[in-house]
Amino acid sequence: MASANSADNRPLSPHLSVWRWHATMASSIFHRATGVALYAGAIGLAFWLMAVAAGPDVYTPLGVLLSEWYGQAALYILVGCLAYHLANGVRHLVFDTGAGLKPADADMTAWFAILFAFVAPVGLWALLSFGK
Amino acid sequence: MSGNSSMRTALGRVKGHGASGEGTGHFIASRVTAIALAILGPWFIISAALTMRDAGYGSALEFVAQPLNSVGLILLLVIGLYHMSLGMQEIVVDYIHKPFGKFVLLLLNALGPLAIGAAAIFAVLRVNFGA
Repeated sequence: MASANSADNRPLSPHLSVWRWHATMASSIFHRATGVALYAGAIGLAFWLMAVAAGPDVYTPLGVLLSEWYGQAALYILVGCLAYHLANGVRHLVFDTGAGLKPADADMTAWFAILFAFVAPVGLWALLSFGK
Repeated sequence: MSGNSSMRTALGRVKGHGASGEGTGHFIASRVTAIALAILGPWFIISAALTMRDAGYGSALEFVAQPLNSVGLILLLVIGLYHMSLGMQEIVVDYIHKPFGKFVLLLLNALGPLAIGAAAIFAVLRVNFGA
């Protein structure tokens, strides 16, 4: 693809299209993706609080929305995002001390963070369903 | 800032400064808020889910109006919005290269969380102290 401005079209690193996905790479991009999802979730929390302050007329339809299956699904997905971001965030705090950076360790903890993203919402559901 | 008239070479000026000569504050703020959120996040999810077993206005009011929950919510908002603003700033400077788009997004990311935080904190106070 040689052209006059071929310098602008040179491939950018990292070459995502030729990389095999591995746990540490996935854990990094998931951290950002879940961070963006939680950004939206925090804005949602703020508007939810405003709806509570606005009174029952405003809140009631929102409460109905959140209790429908899609509302519940969205909330549980956000819980999964928070769980992942939390677990991977702790992983990064450990990395900051210089520990856990050996490939085998970093791989194992990445898988743990991914697993926790699924375990935490299921655990919350179990707590709400079978607790008390 | 000394201009190009400086006797020092370009290399001499940038050596030892990393990318910009600053950023440590951003790094530390992001970590300190992360530690606080590692406690506030799970607390909010679990206590909100346990208090609000139904979708009714009553249980939402009960959750927000409880004094400890009100304080926790304000902390979660302030620290959470700050943390997410720091994170999003990092994402914008990494992925958005057009100067104007980058400027607009960074501005929105700096001011949006402030506006949303102020409104949400006002909402928590209003639930407690009435209209």
